Amino acid sequence: MEGLKRNDYLLAAAILLAALLLFLLLSFGMAPGARIRIQVDGEEYGVYSLAEEQKIQIGDGNTVQIQNGAARMEWANCPDQLCLHQREISRSGETIVCLPNRIIITVLGGEESSLDGIAG
Amino acid sequence: MGKRTALLGVLTALALILSYVESLIPIPLPIPGIKLGLANIVSIAALYRLGVKEGFAISFIRILLSGLLFGNLFSIVYSLSGGVLSYLTAFLLYRTQQFSVAGVSMGAAVAHNLGQLIVASLVLENAGVFYYGPPLMVAGLVTGLVTGLILMEVLKRLRKEEAL
Repeated sequence: MEGLKRNDYLLAAAILLAALLLFLLLSFGMAPGARIRIQVDGEEYGVYSLAEEQKIQIGDGNTVQIQNGAARMEWANCPDQLCLHQREISRSGETIVCLPNRIIITVLGGEESSLDGIAG
Repeated sequence: MGKRTALLGVLTALALILSYVESLIPIPLPIPGIKLGLANIVSIAALYRLGVKEGFAISFIRILLSGLLFGNLFSIVYSLSGGVLSYLTAFLLYRTQQFSVAGVSMGAAVAHNLGQLIVASLVLENAGVFYYGPPLMVAGLVTGLVTGLILMEVLKRLRKEEAL
């Protein structure tokens, strides 16, 4: 049996390094978020505060729950149910994705709201 | 010619069954899109033993058929983008002759996951899905290594002349 070559290990190491860099890049500046934005089919459905405990019905396919400053998908009618098992999100930039219903929930940072306030 | 066509048909059927079997295996991770990639064993074995076009044909037709049978148009688009990028990566790594089949398989699996991630970000018009990038890359390494080790055994037992 030929076994693994030295280059295989180098390739694996390079991929791990790239994954680590991407992880650091994405984690950097992950501040606690203030609100979540729900998008359906690439279009904005609504923005909701993370401070308020609430349940949000998206169409008749999904329910999002906001509790203790974090959002999670509580119910979905899709067959794979993957979004229900994604971890709850609270930090800026984190997402929950429901591919079958094409729903994206993104946490927005706190800074944007103050900018909006100035612009408004 | 006829024998070769029949062989390709049998191998495509095998790949189709493997992709069905792996859809029955639950993966207890909270990240969407992680699969073992068992069907890649057939495409990469075909790349090594039958040829570049043959491996691609098996991969392409398998994805199309499993999409039509078990999925929908969207799942076909996702799988095809992952599958084509994955096969292209496997081919390029194989061509360099610098890697064993395990390295080829790992590269292909990671490319598959990244391809799906790119299409997901385009379809959803959101770059947030790239948060799944690091875990999906690591997952690709692990699943690619597993299928790569299986491929080593398969190729050892499948000489070029026996395959035809």
